[in-house]
Parts: sequence; C-alpha cells; structure tokens
Amino acid sequence: MNAPVRELSYSQAIKEAMAIAMENDERVVLMGEDIGVYGGAFQVTGDLVERFGTDRVMDTPISELGGAGVAVGAAVTGLRPIFEFQFSDFAALAMEQIVNQAAKMRYMLGGAVSVPLVMRFPAGSGTGAAAQHSQSLEAWLGHVPGLKVIQPATPHDVKGMLLAAVADPDPVMIFEHKLLYKMKGPVPEGHYTVPLDKADVRRQGRDVTIVATSIMVHKALEAAGQMAAEGIEAEVVDLRSIRPIDGETIIASVKKTTRLICVYEGVKTLGVGAEISALIAESEAFDYLDAPIVRLGGSETPIPYNPELEKAAVPQVPDILAASRDLVRGAR
Amino acid sequence: MAAQARAAQADAVPQDGDASNLPFIYRTYSREQLLAALHRMHLIRQFEEGAEESYMRGLIHGTMHLSIGQEASAMGICMPLSKEDQITSTHRGHGHCIAKGAEVSRMFAEFFGKTTGYCAGRGGSMHIADVTTGNLGANGIVGGGLPIAVGAALTAKRLKTGKVVVCFFGDGANNEGAFHEALNMAAVWKLPVVFVCENNGYGMSTSTARSTAVAHIADRAAAYGMPGVIVDGNVLSDVAEASHDAVERARRGEGPTLIECKTYRYRGHSKSDRNRYRTKDEIEDWMNNRDPIVRYEAQLQEFGIATRGELDAVQEAVRQEIAAGIEFAKESPMPELSGLADNVYTAEVSR
Repeated sequence: MNAPVRELSYSQAIKEAMAIAMENDERVVLMGEDIGVYGGAFQVTGDLVERFGTDRVMDTPISELGGAGVAVGAAVTGLRPIFEFQFSDFAALAMEQIVNQAAKMRYMLGGAVSVPLVMRFPAGSGTGAAAQHSQSLEAWLGHVPGLKVIQPATPHDVKGMLLAAVADPDPVMIFEHKLLYKMKGPVPEGHYTVPLDKADVRRQGRDVTIVATSIMVHKALEAAGQMAAEGIEAEVVDLRSIRPIDGETIIASVKKTTRLICVYEGVKTLGVGAEISALIAESEAFDYLDAPIVRLGGSETPIPYNPELEKAAVPQVPDILAASRDLVRGAR
Repeated sequence: MAAQARAAQADAVPQDGDASNLPFIYRTYSREQLLAALHRMHLIRQFEEGAEESYMRGLIHGTMHLSIGQEASAMGICMPLSKEDQITSTHRGHGHCIAKGAEVSRMFAEFFGKTTGYCAGRGGSMHIADVTTGNLGANGIVGGGLPIAVGAALTAKRLKTGKVVVCFFGDGANNEGAFHEALNMAAVWKLPVVFVCENNGYGMSTSTARSTAVAHIADRAAAYGMPGVIVDGNVLSDVAEASHDAVERARRGEGPTLIECKTYRYRGHSKSDRNRYRTKDEIEDWMNNRDPIVRYEAQLQEFGIATRGELDAVQEAVRQEIAAGIEFAKESPMPELSGLADNVYTAEVSR
C-alpha cells in the first residue's frame, strides 16, 4: 500500500471513508438526523449530500427507533445503510431495533439473512453537554452477541475500520469519541481496511500494560511519555474492538509486563475494564501478574455539566500516571 | 399472484348473467386460484390445530400464539401479492407464513426444533420465517416489524425492484411508538408498503376500547396522510379487495395505506391465557356466526364455484398434508449441540 498519506482530522477521515464506500457501491446510503444540508450535528457528513443527493444522504425525522428499524429492514433486503445517531445517548431510544432485531435476526432465522448495517455513535464527555449527551454506552452493546462493536482511536483507524464495517456482512457499531473529531493524524488516500477484531500495540514497554479504549488511548500515550522520564516503560494497547475482544494481544502483553491497567471512559462498574480483567484472570497470564489489576473507568455518576466536575468524572492523565507509578513501585 | 390474477380475469368464474355485481375475488381470480386460497385457509387452521395438539402432547415446547379465526385476513392480504413481494409478520404469524407460500412440513419441523425447520430450530413459532417466499419473519416484539417493513420498502424503491412490502401487526402494536414512527416515515418518503392491522379486539387481555383513544385504528392513518381502510377481516373477498387496491397504489409509487381488518382470535393470547377478559358468549358468537372459512365456503357454493363434495375434498387433502408435515417434523434430525453458535455472525469470529 503506497497510497499518499495526508494529515486529516478524525471527522474528515470518516467522511472520506463514507464517500469512498458510496462511490464504490450504489447500495450504500447514509441515514440520520440532520446529516443532509446541515452536515450532521458534528459536521461529519458535511457536504456529502451535494455529491450524492438526498436519495443517498437521507435526513430522517427525529425518530431514532423507527429510523434504526428502517436501517435494519433496508440492510436485510439489499441496501448497505450507514446510520448516524446524533448522540450515542439517543441509542437508548433505539435499543429495541439494535438489540432485539439487528443483532438477532440472522440467528433467529437460522442463517437465512444477514444484516450488513453500520451504525455510528458520537460518544463521550468533555463538551459541556451534561448527562444526556455525554455518555459512553459501548459496553451496553458490547454485551450483545450478533453485534460487532468498535472504538477507533485515530483518523487512520476510523477510516479503515469504517470501510471494513461497510464491507462486513453483520451489524457493526462504531463509537466515535466527540473530542477525537478534530484530532489530526496521517491517513492514506483511497480504499484500505483495518481489521474489526484486532487490538493494536501503540507503544512498546516492559513495566506495565495499559489497555485503553478510544480517547483514553491518547491519554495513556501521554501518560506513558511522562512515565518514561521517570524510568517506567508502559506498553499501551489500543483495544479498538470490544466485541470481539482481541484477547491474544492483551494476554501476550500482560505476560511480558506482568502488570495491567484498564482505562476507559464508560462507567467503571460492569464496564469494558471488568471484561479485560476477567479475561486476564481466566488466562495463563494470571500467573504472570506481579500486582493486582487496576481499572480506571468513569465515575459512578451521570456526567455533570460543570467543566471541572466533568473532567473529574472520567480518567485523566494524572490518574493514569499515579496508578502506573503505584503499580510499578509496588505500592499496591 | 397479481399477474396471474389479471390473466385469469378472462376466464374468471363461470357465471350466468352479469358478473360485475359479484364480490371482488370472484371477478378477479380463476376457480383454481379461489380453491387454492381455500386450501391455504384450511392449511392455516389445521396447521395451528396440529401445532396445538402437538404442544399438548409435549412434542413442542415454549409457547405459541394461534390465529385460528383470522385466516381470511392472512390469506386475503396475500392473494394480490407476487412471490417476490415481501411481508413482515408478528408473534401471531403462522397464518401469514402459510398464506405467503411456506410449506407446513418445514414449519412443523421448526416448531419441533429440528434442523429441517425454516430457522434450523433456532427460532420456533415466534420467529417463523420463509425468506424464499418473501416472509422476512415473525417477530417476538410487538411493533418490531413495522420499521423493518419500511426499510424493506425503502430498498424496493431505491433499487427499483418493483416489490411491495406488507407489514402485518396487531391492534396492540398501534400503541407502540414504532407504529407511529414507521407510518410517518413511510408516508414522508412515499414508500411501497401496506400496513395491515389485524384487530382481533384484544392486546393480550386489554381490549382496544380500553387501550386505544380512537374508535378505529384505521382512523390513525389520517395523522400520517395516508388512506385508512376498514374491512371485515373475516370476509376473504373484502380483505383481498382492500389489499389489491393498496398494493396497486403502492406499486404505482403513490405511497402507503393502512388497512384495518376487524377479526377475532378463538384461542387465548398464548398458552398461558385463562380467558378471563372475554365471555364465552362473545367467543361463541364469532365462532358460530362469523367464521371466515365457513363464510367463504358458503360463497363458493352460492356462486356455483364448488360443490360441498369438492370443498370436503380440499379439507381432506389438507388433512393429509398436515399429517405428512407432522411426520416429516418428527423424523427430522435434532440440531447438533456443537452448532449452538452457528449464525450468530455471518462469518465466524474468534470470541
């Protein structure tokens, strides 16, 4: 792959992926609230309606349940919809169609159909939008067999994983942290895919494994850079997918470093970190552990409005630093 | 059947005098097609009786929702549809599946949990489907099929397949948000979909009078700018005529229609129903005076289409088909336990 590489923002990378998918396949349609002339609440679809028209960039009414169901029905019968939720929180209105229909239809019908559906969920806190527009609900959907649930952390990955999702025969749920939309990074031109089931080791290290999701990957990398000055070498694993989870990569890393911290923005209890911890506890890596596993997750609260409280509700770089120091220096 | 129906008009039912006063189906379909419809109505009833009996004998587990008494609604709606046209169905969906053309042997096999069943034993009664005849599936969620039908109609319009989608649902579903969202979108986008409410008077135990603020569910069509049609759901010809008009309208690109079939289920909601919410008199009135099969057979004789003996022969043929279907299901293999996770995904994933 020698395609020229440019710097694009995360949202530009998503838009480019959708445009390529639509150019390559007449069956790909975009659906969502205000994704046409408005360009989407976060300007991700932008001007795509001008290129592809209102038949393929469809503004839906404010009907999350119905809209999601229309996307399911369209996917089963031959279209390849990419459905945008305006905020991931609004998925609560559409859970019936996602969980009872999209995820189960193939299984219930004995394999007679597939549901090639992509859903995009702008997620996460940090925008001052308070409790109903800031949640990280990926673990909800990660609990449902039949779905694939991914959290790309970089512009490169979100483009490649979105293109892989469109080509995938099953429903793929993409959680996009809103604070990543403006983040820039290298993105190759043209079509390429990134696997939907593989974690990525972003930074090699020997002292502690930090498994992070989405925006927490960047916080973990920042913390790892600071730790290096203190002589602590952290290995940062970008989970990328929470269903399926790439256990192999995590187990190999923990066997090497003997310590594990899970960092994720979703509420700590019963979240992604619990699953990673259990996965290690059940694996051969358990015997390698030199310290208890640490989970850094969102607080057991709704996301508050006040900016300082809002920051305090999710893991930050100093939290990762402190936990890593404690683990490596044996304070735990 | 739509194309054949038009072709059949030339040699429609033999009549003395002016045939234009006859009800719709007798003007539209051949004798063969009319008897085929009767065959399917008996098939629905006897299939459900057979399933009920098998359940009593412990051959089927779980639960089921029987539509005995509603056969004219399922059959009448499906008569104008082609094989390629699609339907979404409900938890009370055996009749829809048969009316759209499924084989009862594979349906029994599904109920028996066998690999030869339409869903390889993974769906059972509540998820019965036959995608090859255009049935996208029954649904265990009240209202679950409504937006899915709209999505299927969106595909038909976008890919210009010419298909029409019929969305069956019950009176209970008309108070789900999905009903309102689906009807609105179908109308806004002028999609080729026909919404068919089979109003059997009760959402489980709660009557429509106690649950629904309008007198007729078809009244709600006005809120979504589409025609609302009320028919006697126990008169095959009336149902078929309403369906024909709505399907043709959809095919012309003029958008959706809401049809309300007023009907009645003889059995309880499901196998747990103790029938405390309706009277024996009410049930018997429907069974004795408004049975859809009895009424259809009376018309077939009245219009000289078939003799009592010929009608009995249809019923007997169905009896044999049902017996053979149950036998097929009994003989079919159980799924291997190793196949538990088959078809969770289209391609296998590691974990």
